[in-house]
Amino acid sequence: MSDSRRERLRHWLAQLRHYSEEVYAAPYRGAVARARRDEDDLFMLLVFSELMGVPNPAAYYTLELQPLLLERFHDWHRRMGMERSPLDHFRCC
Amino acid sequence: MSATILMLLGLGGMALGYFVYSAFIARRVYGLDPDFETPAHAYEDGVDYVPTNRFVLWGHHFTSVAGAAPIVGPAIAVIWGWLPAFLWVVIGTVFFAGMHDAGAIWASVRNRARSVGSLTGDVVGKRARSLFMIVIFLVLLMVNAVFAVVIAGLMMDFPSAVVPVWGAIAVALVIGQLIYRRMISLPVVSLLGVIALYALIAVGPAVPLPMPDQVGGVSGNALWVLILFGYAGIASLLPVWMLLQPRDYINGLQLFIGLIILYGAVVLANPAMVAPMFNQQVPEGTPSLIPLLFVTIACGAISGFHGLVASGTTSKQLNRETDARFVGYFGAVGEGALALAAILATAAGFASLADWRGMYQAFGENGVGAFVQGGAYLIQNGIGLPEATASTLLTVMTALFAGTTMDTGLRLQRYIFQEWGDIYRLEWMKKPLPATLLAVGSCLLLAFGAGGADGSGGMIIWPLFGTTNQLLAGLTLLVICVMLVRRRRPIRYALVPLCFLLAMTILALLTQLKGFYSEGNYFLLCLDIVVLIASIFVAFEAASALRRQRREMLESPEA
Repeated sequence: MSDSRRERLRHWLAQLRHYSEEVYAAPYRGAVARARRDEDDLFMLLVFSELMGVPNPAAYYTLELQPLLLERFHDWHRRMGMERSPLDHFRCC
Repeated sequence: MSATILMLLGLGGMALGYFVYSAFIARRVYGLDPDFETPAHAYEDGVDYVPTNRFVLWGHHFTSVAGAAPIVGPAIAVIWGWLPAFLWVVIGTVFFAGMHDAGAIWASVRNRARSVGSLTGDVVGKRARSLFMIVIFLVLLMVNAVFAVVIAGLMMDFPSAVVPVWGAIAVALVIGQLIYRRMISLPVVSLLGVIALYALIAVGPAVPLPMPDQVGGVSGNALWVLILFGYAGIASLLPVWMLLQPRDYINGLQLFIGLIILYGAVVLANPAMVAPMFNQQVPEGTPSLIPLLFVTIACGAISGFHGLVASGTTSKQLNRETDARFVGYFGAVGEGALALAAILATAAGFASLADWRGMYQAFGENGVGAFVQGGAYLIQNGIGLPEATASTLLTVMTALFAGTTMDTGLRLQRYIFQEWGDIYRLEWMKKPLPATLLAVGSCLLLAFGAGGADGSGGMIIWPLFGTTNQLLAGLTLLVICVMLVRRRRPIRYALVPLCFLLAMTILALLTQLKGFYSEGNYFLLCLDIVVLIASIFVAFEAASALRRQRREMLESPEA
C-alpha cells in the first residue's frame, strides 16, 4: 500500500471514529454532564466535610485538594441550597 | 401486485415529498434562514447546546423517533387491507409528519430552543400548557403499558428470542463500560457489539426458553409483564451511560441493519401482495376504518412524540436553521420507511391469503406476530436465512426498540412524579425510588386493568395510545399555527393537518367510547373520557388562540 493511500485510509478511519463518537455522545451529553456533576458534588462534600464538623479519616489527603476545588465551592454550596457559605471561618460570599 | 413496485411507489412518494414539498415549506412557510443564529451557537456550552453536523443530528433524531411504534401500528392496521395503511403512511409522512417534525424544530429554534411544552404556555396560554403536561403523562403511561404487553406477547410466541433479547442487555452493559473507561475505540466496540448481538440471534433458536402457561397461579404472559416492569424500573434508575446510552446506540445500528435486510429481502424475493387491497371481510369486532386507521397508525404517519424529541434535544444542537428541513423532515421520512417495511412484511410475507387471514383473526391481536412471521418469510425467500433465525432477528429488533422506549418512558414518568412531589411539597415523592415505584405501579394498573389478569388483552389500548399521541401532535401544530399567524405566513399547511387530526381523534374517541361501554370495560371507558375531554379542550384552545391572534393582527396591521 502506498504512503498516500495509507494516509487516506488513516484519515478516513479518524473521521469514522469522530462521527461515531459524536453519534454516541450527542443525545446524552446533558444527562451525562448532570450525572458527573452529582458525583462531583458528593466528592466536594467529602473534601470539605472536616471543615463542617464531619470527621473524615482521609482529611490529611483531602486538605491538599481544598485549594484546587475552591473555585467550585461557591457554585456547590448554592446548588446544595445554602445561599451563604456554610463555613463560619471561611466565607466565600 | 408486486411488493417491489409498492415499495418503489412508497419510497418514491416520500422522496418526492422531501425534495419538493419540504423545500416549499422550508422556504415559503417557515422561511428557514441560513444566517439566523441558532441556539446551539448563541448559547454554546459544550453540554446541551452544541452545534452538530447535520448528518450526525439526523442519525440521532431518526433513531430517537423510530422505534417499535411504527412497526406495531401499521402491522395492526393492515387488517383493513394494505392500501389504506399504505396511503396513510405515505400521505401522512409527506404532508403531516414531515411538516410537524420540521416545524417543531423551527418553533423551538426560534424560541431559544425551549421545549414545545413550555412554548405552549407562552404562545397559546397557561391552560394549554397544563393540558400538554396531562397529555404527555397519558402518552407515557400508555406507551409503557402497551410496549410491556407487546414484548411479553413476543416472548411467549417466540421463545427463541428470549436469550438474545436479554443477552443484548448484557452486551449493552459491557459496551457501556468499554466506552466509559475508554478501553477500545468506538468503531471497534460497535463492530464487536453487532457481532455479539447477531451471534446471540444465531444461537437463539437452538436454546429456546419457553415460559410455562402458568407459573404459581400467574399466567406466563402476566409474569413476563411483571419481569419487564421490574427490569424497566431498575434500568430507569441506572445512570444513562451504563445501559440506556449503549442500548440506544446498538438499537440505532440495528435499525439501519434491519431496514437494509427487510428492503433487500423485498427486492430479492419480489413477492406478490397476499393481503387484500381492501379487506371486505374484516373479522367481527373490527372497528370502522375511518376514523380508527388514523389513530392506529400514529408513529409512521404523524406522532406527537416527535415534537418532544425535536424540541427537547435536537433544537439545541441544530447548526444552521436550514438543517431543520433535513433533520426533521427527512427524519420523518426515515420513520415512514420503517412503517412501509412493516406494511410490506405483514401484507406480502405470507404464502397464501388463507395464511394471512389465519393471522388476522381479531382486531389488535397478532399484529406484531404477523410482522415477525411475514418479515421472516420474506427474509427466508429473499436472503436465504433460515426462518427461525429470521424470526428471532425481527423479534429481537422489535423487543429491543420497545424495551428502550419503556426504559426512557419510565424515566420521564419518574421525573414527572418527582416534579409533582416538588410542586405539592411531598418530600418522599421527590426521591427517585418512590417516584419510580409510582410510575411502575400506574403502568401495571393500566396493563392489567385493560387486559385482565393475564395482561394479554392490553393491546386494546393501542388505538387509545394513538389518539393521545395525535393529540400531542395537535398541540404542537397549534403552536406552529399561532407562530405562523404572528409572522403573517400562510398557515393552511399546518392548519389543515391540525383540523384533520383533531376531527379524527375526537371521532375515534367517540367510537371507542361506545365500544368500551358495550363491552363493560369501565376502566378504559374512564380513560377514554379523560382523553376525550382533553381533546375537546385542545379544539377550543386552538379555535380561541387562532381567533385571538387574528384579531390582534387586524388591530395592529403594521406589527
